[in-house]
This record gives sequence, structure tokens and C-alpha cells, in this order.
Amino acid sequence: MNLHRIFVEPWQSHAVHYWPVFAMALFVTAACALIGNYLVLRRISLVGDAISHSVLPGIAIAFIMTGSRSGTPMFIGALVAGVAATVFIEVLHSRSRLKQDAAIGITFSTLFAIGVILISIHGAHTDLDLDCVLFGKMDFLSGREPVFLGLPGVAVTMAALALCVGVLIILFYKELLVSSFDPSLAASMGINPRLVHYLLMAVLSVVVVGAFTSVGAILVIAMLILPAATSCMLSDRLWVMMLLSLLHALISSLGGVHLAVALQVPTAPASVVAGAGLFAIVWVVSPRQGLISLWLRSRRGNRELAA
Amino acid sequence: MPARYITPLLAVFLLLILAADAQAARIGELTENDPWQQARRFFTFADPGLRLGLIGALLFGATCGLLGSFIVVRKMALIGDAISHAVLPGVALGFLWSMDKDPLAILVGATVAGLTGSLVVELIQRTTKIKQDAALGIVLASFFAVGLCMIRMIQNNDGASRITGLKSYLFGDVAVLGSQDVLTITGVVTVTVLLVILLYRQLLTIGFDREFAHSIGLPVRLLDGLFQLFLAFSIVVALQAVGVVLVSALLITPAAAAYLLVNRMHHMLWVAAAIGMFSAVLGVFFSFLGSDLPTGPFMVLGASSVFLVAYLFAPRHGRVTRWLRHRSRRRDVSNENTLKSIYRILERDAVGHDPGKVVKIDRLAGERRVARADLNKDLRRLRRIGAVKFSGQGGDVTLTGSGLKQAQRVVRNHRLWELYLTNEADYASNHVHDDAEKIEHFLSEEKVAEIERQLDYPDVDPHGQPIPGRGGA
Repeated sequence: MNLHRIFVEPWQSHAVHYWPVFAMALFVTAACALIGNYLVLRRISLVGDAISHSVLPGIAIAFIMTGSRSGTPMFIGALVAGVAATVFIEVLHSRSRLKQDAAIGITFSTLFAIGVILISIHGAHTDLDLDCVLFGKMDFLSGREPVFLGLPGVAVTMAALALCVGVLIILFYKELLVSSFDPSLAASMGINPRLVHYLLMAVLSVVVVGAFTSVGAILVIAMLILPAATSCMLSDRLWVMMLLSLLHALISSLGGVHLAVALQVPTAPASVVAGAGLFAIVWVVSPRQGLISLWLRSRRGNRELAA
Repeated sequence: MPARYITPLLAVFLLLILAADAQAARIGELTENDPWQQARRFFTFADPGLRLGLIGALLFGATCGLLGSFIVVRKMALIGDAISHAVLPGVALGFLWSMDKDPLAILVGATVAGLTGSLVVELIQRTTKIKQDAALGIVLASFFAVGLCMIRMIQNNDGASRITGLKSYLFGDVAVLGSQDVLTITGVVTVTVLLVILLYRQLLTIGFDREFAHSIGLPVRLLDGLFQLFLAFSIVVALQAVGVVLVSALLITPAAAAYLLVNRMHHMLWVAAAIGMFSAVLGVFFSFLGSDLPTGPFMVLGASSVFLVAYLFAPRHGRVTRWLRHRSRRRDVSNENTLKSIYRILERDAVGHDPGKVVKIDRLAGERRVARADLNKDLRRLRRIGAVKFSGQGGDVTLTGSGLKQAQRVVRNHRLWELYLTNEADYASNHVHDDAEKIEHFLSEEKVAEIERQLDYPDVDPHGQPIPGRGGA
């Protein structure tokens, strides 16, 4: 195998070409990573998955009505669909004897199916197709008109979105922290946990919608959860977890672009593969929860027991 | 025993498959697009490819319903979702094995990948502090991404020639089902149905109470593994027709609808299987109407519509049925309260035994303490059941004989209950009215007779008002 060709060449010949793709991957994964920490903490990771599937009909309807892939109408359509999904899940779950998992499964699959049907009926002669739903359109960014630092408009928007999420988290750090860990304590401190929950869901919907065109509907869940899951094996402090998950976002988008170039695959799934690889590495070597340290500890325990 | 019917059914299916294999145009290759024409073709079953698709759909619809029932009652709906996404790299590997759409290689690859996925979920949960939801999400998306990359790499190497076969695994296309696929489906379905029939009790026990299952010596881990294996199998056989992304819906939604409709597990299994078959056929039908439409989403929508109907109109738990039931009960209560008010006015005028007396509507509204409009609604309903008659223009009413009887029954229940509470339960006599106001509508004849006997057939209530006699005396 020619190592030089795999590891070095892509960065020599395509560096400029892939700068916008890498930047977009970084912004998407960073925004997702930040909010994903709270999803993992609150054990509602799969609501993120449900929302990312459910925005599809909103996007498809906005697209069919306006006939363009321009931002605003699609964004509104997606946001409405995303919020509708959370409401449906809540209604199905609280007003029937179904459990939450079944309610999530039914809601997102129905909305997603509607979206897929709409796209396959109307999308044949346009550029919103099922490939976009699966792989995202990140790789087409380099062909777009750059507006700032060699980045196209969508990437700049995504950067702003990631920044907004970061600022919101810094501003409401305490509220989010308390209501995630102990809703009743939060209530006694004058924070409304339900309000925090719904605001979090709204921000989540915005982030998912922003990520949709780049990474599609299905892979978003990985960008949301992998960074937080990886960093929670390394630290117990939330702000450290946040920083570590940003690091995870950086490494996985770098590795993703690299994999995409080396293997000739779309960047979005490649970044997920890179992120999953990072997760696997940390799972094995993490000092406290890693498989190796777990094995060492159980061996030591056995020895002490025998002695 | 249902097992008796299975052998002849299978024989019929096998014959159909063989008959359908007479080389003919597959659904996807048809050129005509007129929906009516297509619908006619569908219902005449003229198309051998369609027959194959339908047989396949019926079969995996039934298994998905059966296994889905266990999933839904065990609250592991999203495990099905994770497994179904995790099979994708296995599909790609199976494809790489022979560089063709060999159903057996793909079945093996996908099943192995699906089981690996559910194993990793369990391993993450057991060795780290990551909870189930995140573990499911990690496995689902990571495996799926690996699968997507592999598929794209296969496409890069292989050109466009056989991509269509692989693409159908994502959103489903019943038209690509060949007789080989349907034979594989039949095999898997047979074994799954047998498993459910033979191990029904065991699966039910571990589904509802694992600790208990352990304590009576059931091999819980083995049964769990077996169940997961067959779950993976049935996800995989439905994969081509429904697609990786939506196959979990075919597990969850029919079973959830059945869960709302019936109360017993074995009923739920049959109902879920029927709904699964119905939605699968519905999906085949609608995707057959247009050209190049994916089958999976239509199957999911079919299942979701059934679920919606069940959610709204299920005989006991449906939203609409419950609302109707509440409304009719509210109306009954309101009717009875109006009758009671009329009775009390008559009683106060000391003409209680003269039902012919006219009661002014204004006075009634005052006594009943409701708006005229609401009172009129009550009165119109009461007239319809023959309890009151309108006399004169202003809406003034008189009680009929049957109305008087009903009114007496309510007043009697009320006053007996008040007396019962003061005498037998030591309530203060000024605290009993509100309670009696509620219960007067729901006391049964037998209960009233019993209370009356316990109180030794009283004549007056704690407030000194007479308790009207049973026959209306």
C-alpha cells in the first residue's frame, strides 16, 4: 500500500478544494456536539433522531411550494415539522397507553415516510433527492460561490448558528445544568424545567434543520451523540465534557474529510465513521471507564480476592 | 391449534411462488403509468412479479406484526430501529461476497451485522455509564454510516450496473423481489411463526417479568438471544421491500395499533399480524400505482393510518370513543339534574304528586343555576326521551309520568345517600350534600335497595325532607 498516497496526497492536491467542506463539517458537528451533551445527559438522545427524521416532510413541502432550495421557506417548514413531531410524541405518549419509545418510533417513521413519498413524487427533476436525505450535500459546497473567507453562504450561516448555540449555552449554563440533573431542584430555584425542555427542543430543531442539507436526515443523530458519549467517558464535569466534545467534533470532521477523499465517499457518513472510530478508541483506552482499565481492575480484584 | 393450518398454507404459498416464477416482466419494467390501468392490473393479479411481491409482503407483514408485539410490550421498540439500521454494512458485505444480489449471502451478512449491533448496544451499556438511548443512537448511526460508505465504495468500483439492487435496500422496492428472495422470506417466516407458537409462554413470561422467569428456571439469556436472532432475521427479510430506514416502523406501528385495540397478548399477536399484512399489501398497491415509487414509505403510511384509526376509535381506549362516552355520561348527569330541579320546585309548591303542574322556565333556570341556553338543551333532550312536555310558548314545562319516576329515582338516591353518610359513616349532616350530588347518578338499583334495608326503610333524610318512595308513591 502506498501510505503517501493515502495519508499525504489528499491534503496536497485538494486542500483548497476541501476547505469549505471541512469548515462546514466542523460547524455542523460543533453545533450538534454542544447541544448533544444535554440530550445524552437527559437521556432523550432518540428525540434528536426523531426530530431529524421528522423535518423531512416540512422541507419537502416548502420545497415543492416554492420550487427552490433557498433557505428561509425550507427552514420554516422544517421547524414546523420538527416542533410538530415533539408535540405528536408527547400527545401519543401521554394520552394513550403507549410507551415513549413506541410513540417516538411511530411519529418519526410516519413523518419520514410522508417526506420520502413527497420527494420521490416531486423531486425527480430537481436537486432535492433521496441521496441528499441519506448522504447530505456537504460535498457540493466547494462548487458554491464563496462569500466570506472562501466559505459559501450556508457555511457562514451554520457557523453563526454554532456560535449562537455556544453563546446560549454560556448564558444559560446554570439553568440547563440544574434542570438536566435535578428538575425538582430547578423548580425550587425558580427555573421552569418544562420551559427549559421546550426551549432546548426548539434549539435542537433549529440545529437539526441547519444540519439537514449538509448531513441528511439519518446521520444527524451521530453528530449529536457521538461527541457527548465520547467525552462523558473522559470526564464527569459538564464544561469539560463540552470542550472535549468540541475537540471530538474537530477531529472527526478532519478525519471525515480525509476519509472522504481517500475512499471517495461522501463526507457526512465519512465524518460519522471517523467520529465512531474516535468513540471506539476512547471506549477502549479511557482511563476510568475504558475496556482496558476495566479489565485490569477486574483482574486486580480477582487477584486480591485470591490472595 | 394454529399449527395445523400452517402446513397447508405454506404449501399453497410455495405453489404460488413457483407459478409466479414463469419468466415475465417485473413490476419495475412496466411502461404504462395510468393509475386506473395499474389498479386494474393489481386487482386481477395479472402480473407474476406483483404476485411475488404480494406473497412476500403478506409473509413479512405477518412476522413483523408477531415479533413487533413482543417488542412493543417489552418497551424495546427502538432496539428494532437500531438493529434495522445496523444491518446496512452487513448488506454491503453480503453484496461484496458474491458481487451480486445473492439473497443468502446478504441474509447472513445482514443478520450478523444486526446481531453485532445489538451486542454492541448491550456492551456499551454494561461497561460504560452511557445509557440505553445514547447507546442505541451511537450504534444506529455509526453502523449506518459505515454501511453508506461501503455502498458508495461498491458503486464507485462497480459502475451503475447493479446499484439498483442495492439501492432498494434503503427505501424498499417490492418490485425487485425475485422468487429466490420470496423463498428465503418463506423459510424465515415459517421458522419465526413456529418459534412464536412453540415458545409463546416462555417469551410471554420473560417479556412481562424477567425476574420471575429467572426464578422458575427459564433460560432467559438463551431465549433473549433467540428472540433477537429472529428479530434480526425478520428485519432482514423485510429489508428489500421496506428499506433499512423504515423497516422498524413495520415492527412498531402494527403492534402498537393492536396494543390499543385488544387487551390480551394472544389476541394482540393475531391482530398485529393482520394489520402488518394489511399495511404491507397497501404499500404494494400504492407503490404499484405510480412508476418508480419506493414501497417502504407507503407500507409505513398504511400502518400509520391503521394506527391513527385505532388511536381515535378503539372501542375502549380510542380518543373519540372515550370522548363520546364522556359526553353521553355528562349529558345523562345534566338531564338528571334538571329533572331533579323540576321535582324540587314541584315539591316546594306542595304539588309533588301532580305531574301536570306547569313549571316556569325562569324559575327552573334559577333553581338549576344554569344559563337558559344550556337548560333548553337539557329540556329538548328530555322531551325527546319523553320525560317532559313543553306547554305554552315560553318554554315552560310539565313533567310526564316517566319523567316524574326518573326524577324521584335521582332525588331518592340523593337523600338516601345523605342519610347513609350521616347514620353509618358519621358525617356531619351539612357535609353530605356535595358527595350525594355526585353519587346520585351512579347508584345501582341493588345498591339502593341494600342501603335502604340497612337504614331500615327510612322516610326522611337528615335535613328532614321526605325520601320519595320506590314506586313513585
